[in-house]
Amino acid sequence: MQKQEFTITVYTENQVGLLNRIAIIFSRRKINIESLNTSPSEIDGVHRFTIVIDEFEELVRKLCRQIEKQVGVLKAYYNTNDEIVWQELALYKVPTDVIAEQVKVERLLSQHGAKAVVIRKDYTVFEVSGQRAETDALIKVLEPYGLIEFVRSARVAIIKESEGFHKKLTEFEYREPSEAVDENEYLDKNEEVFTM
Amino acid sequence: MQTLTINEKQAGEKKTTTISGSHAVMDALLKEGVKTIFGYPGGAIMPIYDALFDYPDQLQHILVRHEQGAIHAAQGFARASGKTGVVFATSGPGATNLVTGLADAMIDSTPVVCITGQVFAHLLGTDAFQETDVINITTPVTKWNHQVTDASEIPAALAKAFYIAGSGRPGPVVIDITKNAQLQMFEYEGYQKCDHIRSYRPKPEVRKQYVEEAAKLINEAERPFVIFGQGVILGGAEKEFKAFIEKAGLPAAWTIMGMSAIPTDHPLAVGMLGMHGNYGPNVLTNECDVLIAVGMRFDDRVTGRLDKYAKQAKVVHLDIDPSEIDKNVKTTVPVWGDCKETLPMLTALLEQKQHTAWFSKFGEFMDKEKEKCIDAELNPDTDIMTMGEVIKTLNELTDGDAIIVTDVGQHQMVACRYAKYKNSRSNITSGGLGTMGYALPAAIGAAFGDPSRTTVAIIGDGGFQMTIQELGTIMQYKPDVKLLILNNNFLGMVRQWQQLFHEKRYSFVDIQSPDFVQVAKGYGIPGRSISNRADLKDALKEFLSSKGTHLLEVMVGKENNVFPMVPQGRGVAEIVLSKEEI
Ligand SMILES: Cc1ncc(C[n+]2csc(CCOP(=O)(O)OP(=O)(O)O)c2C)c(N)n1
Repeated sequence: MQKQEFTITVYTENQVGLLNRIAIIFSRRKINIESLNTSPSEIDGVHRFTIVIDEFEELVRKLCRQIEKQVGVLKAYYNTNDEIVWQELALYKVPTDVIAEQVKVERLLSQHGAKAVVIRKDYTVFEVSGQRAETDALIKVLEPYGLIEFVRSARVAIIKESEGFHKKLTEFEYREPSEAVDENEYLDKNEEVFTM
Repeated sequence: MQTLTINEKQAGEKKTTTISGSHAVMDALLKEGVKTIFGYPGGAIMPIYDALFDYPDQLQHILVRHEQGAIHAAQGFARASGKTGVVFATSGPGATNLVTGLADAMIDSTPVVCITGQVFAHLLGTDAFQETDVINITTPVTKWNHQVTDASEIPAALAKAFYIAGSGRPGPVVIDITKNAQLQMFEYEGYQKCDHIRSYRPKPEVRKQYVEEAAKLINEAERPFVIFGQGVILGGAEKEFKAFIEKAGLPAAWTIMGMSAIPTDHPLAVGMLGMHGNYGPNVLTNECDVLIAVGMRFDDRVTGRLDKYAKQAKVVHLDIDPSEIDKNVKTTVPVWGDCKETLPMLTALLEQKQHTAWFSKFGEFMDKEKEKCIDAELNPDTDIMTMGEVIKTLNELTDGDAIIVTDVGQHQMVACRYAKYKNSRSNITSGGLGTMGYALPAAIGAAFGDPSRTTVAIIGDGGFQMTIQELGTIMQYKPDVKLLILNNNFLGMVRQWQQLFHEKRYSFVDIQSPDFVQVAKGYGIPGRSISNRADLKDALKEFLSSKGTHLLEVMVGKENNVFPMVPQGRGVAEIVLSKEEI
């Protein structure tokens, strides 16, 4: 087994303090979080964390169990990159005069699918959404032309095989959950990759 | 229109009373059946203490001498009684003084609810007097914690707190209540206990399939070995556990936390696991063919080196906490669930059996252990007293009926190795955290938790001085605790390691002690110190039969060591019986 990128998706209550409870599960074990995003989910009042780490699968599985154990966490999933659709958003601030003068830059930007979101006399802000390699590539491209600022968002990911969380949540709200909602559904499948 | 009228009607039906947040706290405690609180007041929790003043007949408050004492007492209370312990503390230093106890309760799965006062909500984040970020400080050491800033949240927060602390795998909960919320008057609709939280699953669903697979493994096993932990006690599954091992004739060894779940002289009991556990259970862990772990978590003090632990065995792991499965030891069959439910299901599928030849192996190892370690400890041939003979004499006098609370160190290991137990919830010790200073306050709590039994605290000269101030609590409330100090004039366990692994460089372990008998006397507690074997039995008799608290100090050998021992970093089968073997 090798370390690889895993995306952990956590459904939680929308409560103060949960971010810390989840974050310290990683920091306690000296695991670096590559990317962390919190956002609403498809369900009102249910939050969704998207966490990316580079680790061994066995450890990721254990981490998910520790996360799921926290009061306030409904469910934690982990997936490899080919099981998800994922994107990051990057913003680039470039001097406007350079772009205006050099047609080449404009062409490069459009080749990379960049969209101008703000155009001012002094600078222009471009946006690219895509995967890490794509947004990274554009930095390299823009560097010679006086890239002023760069920022990239955390990863957001959709699990390909997921049916969403509505059905699961209804089950969780029952006092006697059915086996379908059992949080240990894949405990026995030691070597199998976890999907919904 | 229609919904509006329905809402109005519902509101009209609910009878509300106007009460303060603090009185809502009291009502919650009463509704949860709380009778005893351990605590210490201060500025930010004064409204709660003011409300408490109105309930002298219903709520007994034990004023400790340090908040660490309060939480250890609540832990002892919980461990002896099976009920949730309750603590009050003020903000800032009051709350930070709880942290050691929270960590201890967390790792030993002890149900405790701590209510801490907090500065006014509008002062949060301003570095107000005695403001500390209690929620963030306690997050890693609580099962759940929550800050309340509005009185109307108090009933639901406390209902959740008690539900979470006591259900599933128990643990400590902190509810931090700002002073304004304690003072605030609100419309109280009455207390409703919590029995479900959608994002908290105390018990995983039992999977029959795994129970069947586990039964098959056990039925086919030739050398099955059961190792059990506190899960049996926490699940109240002592009877179910006995039925389980008895039906299939399974030899069973306990972890320090599982101790007393079955009587120590049960015919299938083979002793204690772990670093200072018995010889057979450790060695034979690596010879069994099926290892059945019940309500235990494969702590490193139990497993020694993991890559040399039970590699030959198929592992069945019964646990209520799914995150324990495969955490340290890979499981062949995970039987997750409450062992009170899973054990009877498993027992029903077992074949009636005896494993006589296999079982007798444990006896052979015990004979060797007796010859090499136990005899010298229990029947020493020098004038110097050993800790073991004190415990042996204590056993003769208590007949295994006492609650034994121990502190941390050599005396703890010796007490756990040699004490006899007849009843469950009789061994109260800081297992996971190894907190020196635990025993004195925990014994006070245990005495309140189960006053029908004799509580004996066994404490080292070092640990006693860590929470010695709680003698004041004994003086004031007179719980009946017998304080047995085993004084070796050293921080014994650390000294043992320095002798064995640091070329006898005794670095800062020669701790001096006050005259403990005089100190106790100052608190109105009678006591005696002995250094001659001839006095041991009589002194212990006097100690046990005295009314109320009594202190007995026994001077024991300064440089005695606890053996057997699985040295750190070695496998369980590499257990040694003497220092010559290290
Ligand atoms: C709060 C705390 N500090 C330090 C330790 C490390 N420690 C473990 S055992 C021990 C010595 C205990 O000495 P004593 O109480 O005299 O008991 P003995 O080992 O002599 O029986 C120490 C210092 C600890 N377990 N807990």
